[in-house]
Amino acid sequence: MNVKEVVKQKELFTGGHRACAGCGAAIVARQVLMAAGPNTVVVSATGCLEVVSTIFPYTAWNVPFLHSAFENSGATICGVEALYKSWMRQGKYNKKVNFIAFGGDGGTYDIGLQSLSGAMERGHNILYVCYNNEAYMNTGVQRSGATPMGADTTTAPAGKVRQGKEQFRKDLTEIMVAHKIPYVAQAVVGNWRDLTSKVEKALAIEGPKFINVLQPCRLGWSYKPETTCEIGRLAAETCVWPLYEVTNGVYKISKPREKKPVLEWLQQQGRFRHLSKPENKPILDAIQANIDSNWQTLLAKEPPQAPKQP
Amino acid sequence: MAKQDIVARTGNEAMAEAMRQINPDVVAAYPITPATEVVQIFASYVADGLVDTEFVPVESEHSAMSACIGSSAAGGRVMTGTSSQGLALMAEMVYIAAGLRLPIILADVNRALSSPINIHCDHSDTMMVRDSGWVQIFSENAQEAYDNMLQAVRIAETARIPVMVTTDGFIISHGMERIEILDDATAKAFVGVYKPKDYLLNFDRVLTLGAIDLQDYYFEHRMQLAEAMKNSKSVIMDVAKDYSKTAGRNYGLFELYKMEDAKFAIIAMGSTAGTTKFVIDGLRAKGLKVGLLKPRVFRPFPKDEIAAALKGLDAVAVMDRSDAVNGHEGPLAVEIKAALYDNGLNKPLINYIYGLGGREIKTEEIESIYSDLSEIAKGKKMDRVTYLGVRE
Repeated sequence: MNVKEVVKQKELFTGGHRACAGCGAAIVARQVLMAAGPNTVVVSATGCLEVVSTIFPYTAWNVPFLHSAFENSGATICGVEALYKSWMRQGKYNKKVNFIAFGGDGGTYDIGLQSLSGAMERGHNILYVCYNNEAYMNTGVQRSGATPMGADTTTAPAGKVRQGKEQFRKDLTEIMVAHKIPYVAQAVVGNWRDLTSKVEKALAIEGPKFINVLQPCRLGWSYKPETTCEIGRLAAETCVWPLYEVTNGVYKISKPREKKPVLEWLQQQGRFRHLSKPENKPILDAIQANIDSNWQTLLAKEPPQAPKQP
Repeated sequence: MAKQDIVARTGNEAMAEAMRQINPDVVAAYPITPATEVVQIFASYVADGLVDTEFVPVESEHSAMSACIGSSAAGGRVMTGTSSQGLALMAEMVYIAAGLRLPIILADVNRALSSPINIHCDHSDTMMVRDSGWVQIFSENAQEAYDNMLQAVRIAETARIPVMVTTDGFIISHGMERIEILDDATAKAFVGVYKPKDYLLNFDRVLTLGAIDLQDYYFEHRMQLAEAMKNSKSVIMDVAKDYSKTAGRNYGLFELYKMEDAKFAIIAMGSTAGTTKFVIDGLRAKGLKVGLLKPRVFRPFPKDEIAAALKGLDAVAVMDRSDAVNGHEGPLAVEIKAALYDNGLNKPLINYIYGLGGREIKTEEIESIYSDLSEIAKGKKMDRVTYLGVRE
């Protein structure tokens, strides 16, 4: 996919929706559909993306779209795909269709984890895209299983004796890898070519696929709205959110030219402001140490000479 | 009228048999006692290639109904089965299926709700979702379970509203009975081919379903659901009429048993209606004017029709196989009283809550209800609600 092609395409996720200025979730939806094309059915979990894009009687979706509830976009997309399979087998249908589910980190890491895991284990031909903004943004920035340590959220706030979230986030991408599905990847808002090529690659593979997209949220992360893509790229460059993919169990990592210190990423966001106090230096050190250790663990998973992708 | 096979089937087998003949596009289900067999038997039909169905063995009942919603919204004929805690877990999605106006069919094998945990029959699971916007049809025996399943498909797809068909857990689900079944061709012709109007897989008319509906539209859409529920009453009657022509068995919103000249009546649903008919036959032989009104359709509730049928009675007993735990009476009694009030009838009426958690209901107990009714009619004062068969 190149820019010339992209600008000629019909917008499948249109403007006019009610997302905040600088919303990363809308960028994810638009770019994923750019790569997927019009023959795609979308299911979304309850959350920001669904709320801002479907205020009745308007819709931002130029592809068939279904929302049913919060914790079940994995199961719901399976239902759509199961009918498709049934109709294809019965000779009632003959179109090639992509099945994509979107969920935020709340709907994916936490309340929807069971439904997602079941969908992946059963082997449906679906792509699940998590737009991971690291907290429950739709209800007003509450902590989630994806919230990083030290972040200020409304249910794990920074106060006089506590300094935001006290736990490291869970590694959902690796949980998905452990399902032994054919394709798992991490991407960020701010690197459209990487995201769209991962979506194209995923959709060319039969079976369950999962892409975890780190999505800066200007409201919950508290930064200038025009810097969304920059903050996304910085997450990759600091290895807070490494860009990598696992195809049939084989890791391929897009390494940054130079691994930047996490402080550069943290400093741009209001949710980490309290960490700049001198007494919170140990928290900063723990965050950096955790990132370094995760990065080494990840690097060790890549084969010494990555096999050439076909 | 079609020729029919006489076979021995449990309630679960009868429901699975109907599902085989219906041949839905998708079944998504999760096992739970005592409904497990319905989907287990159906899974064997899938494994043997007897149906075209895509069977989705989901990881929970919540996902079962979620997948059914996905398949039905995509344009398919879709079914599932569950019971008790399973229905409780999927309750969120039960409401959403109705709100989205998806004609999903659910076989609900009635079982008590926890806590305490119990696997036996009462109607509290169905009652929990009585206001969800689903048509609810109760079955007295395996024959009715089979017949109701076939009719449910036509009702759901015509009224564009989901339908649950219930049987009493273990009593019907596991009890072997003699039933008559239609041949496959006749059953298939009766249910017909489903032609969805708007559906996700139709790329010629791209839809957004499940949009957020705020102060300006939510109310109108809920009103449409309320209208669909009201209108489903005539659909249920039309389908029953057609089924009677096909199968020779007659169904309505409720059944009246020896009510023409009855002075005292019991109102009961499910298998207890069968036991009550047996008691009535005995009492009638002794010259007592007793009868039964068996609601078949609990949603939509046929209040005016029921009130008209109760008009000539001296006293009425409502048997509730679930407790609303509302500090006064059971869910069926509440409905019956509202029906009587709206029709200007102030009858002596007593409510019995019975059979919770599979507690057996005995013929002597039903006889005692009829004798209570004759006492009440003579002016005897009794508690408005009696917990029948419970140890004090």
